[in-house]
Amino acid sequence: MSKPSLVIVDTACANISSVRFAFERLGVSPLVTADAALINSADRVILPGVGTAAAAMRNLQRLELVDTLRQLQQPVLGICLGMQLLTTASAEGNVDCLGIIPTRTERLQAADLPLPHMGWNTVDGRADNPLLAGLPDASYFYFVHSFAVAVSAHTIASCHYGQTFAAMVRSGNFFGAQFHPERSGAAGATILKNFLELTDADTRT
Amino acid sequence: MLAKRIIPCLDVRNGEVVKGVQFRNHEIIGAIEPLAERYAAAGADELVFYDITASADARVIDKSWVERVARLIDIPFTVAGGISSIEQAQQLLAMGADKLSINSPALQNPDLINQLVDEFGQQCIVIGIDSFFDSESQTYQVYQFTGDEQRTQKTRWQTADWLAEVVARGAGEVVLNCMNQDGVRKGYDIAQLQTLRRSCPIPLIASGGAGAKEHFAEVFQQAAVDGALAASVFHKNIIEISELKDYLATQEIVVRR
Repeated sequence: MSKPSLVIVDTACANISSVRFAFERLGVSPLVTADAALINSADRVILPGVGTAAAAMRNLQRLELVDTLRQLQQPVLGICLGMQLLTTASAEGNVDCLGIIPTRTERLQAADLPLPHMGWNTVDGRADNPLLAGLPDASYFYFVHSFAVAVSAHTIASCHYGQTFAAMVRSGNFFGAQFHPERSGAAGATILKNFLELTDADTRT
Repeated sequence: MLAKRIIPCLDVRNGEVVKGVQFRNHEIIGAIEPLAERYAAAGADELVFYDITASADARVIDKSWVERVARLIDIPFTVAGGISSIEQAQQLLAMGADKLSINSPALQNPDLINQLVDEFGQQCIVIGIDSFFDSESQTYQVYQFTGDEQRTQKTRWQTADWLAEVVARGAGEVVLNCMNQDGVRKGYDIAQLQTLRRSCPIPLIASGGAGAKEHFAEVFQQAAVDGALAASVFHKNIIEISELKDYLATQEIVVRR
């Protein structure tokens, strides 16, 4: 199988280089762009993001990418804040997000645990999660966040820190990971590889 | 469960990894990239690179290695050293650094913490605190410019007050370097870390004093820190990371293996 063309949406956020390098380690050369036509024509799209939901949404509006992103048909992976942007709204800055996945991003209720939730935590995946294929149960991934997506019917993996929250979400061709696969060692690399190898069947179920 | 983090620290001077004892008499350990790669492969949870001369020299670190490291390793890493502006921070993050650790520049201009947090988010702003126990006054004092012994100086801050200040300004994590213990490998400063843990609602990383596997177990069990940072025990192969993690697991400490 030839390697699919991959676009990383240039959200002007900070972790774009790490995401690009992680794919380069897999032998894929992603294009980093905010050009709607290039994003539309890619086989795969990554929506990265660190920072705040309000700032990221402002950037997407300024770049006139909101409608483009909502209408994508190919596999899309939102990473960290990029996953939160897929939801309806975020409590971080009380901002409307892309509304692709009908659930909300709330402040993590970690009781007396330190916040942000920072470090390596285990993830419990649903059996039908194609991005976790080949990984053992309770693999560790690197998290760093204070806001989290509520568990819903769209949750395909969960994580626990003070509360249970969505570690991965999915609706049709849109996927999200709250952790940073690009910084999660071999397990993270497997997720990115699985994303590149998603089939049409995977994205239509 | 969230794993306790083992964090090798690479002190960088003139593009090479060095290590001193109580911040002095630095000896060269080796080149940056092979060490970074070795630690990532050995199971380190995260790496920290401190350019120990940068703040003292009032210049930003030579950054070219940051991108090389970001290309090479697949675990998070923090860069520290003389970062005193939004522009410098932007550059380092764009090169692939995951977090930035600010020490002396934050003491000189505490507003810098707020500015960096507003611009890049809390998750990537770490504050490094060099804390010295003054046995005469029985207080913990914050020091700055510790990378250069000629310029190292006490600040007006007691450690608990500065910790409260950086938390209030939005810092995402604190690395507490206990200077009395640094490089002497007699164990972390449990008493100090216990005290400061109680008033630290953000992740707290212990630094200074690791000499044996037991020291890591003690600091996790007794001071409830989120991570433990160490340099010489890893550089000199006194402790092997996978063996350390096997040992910590036998002590019922959650580690990623």
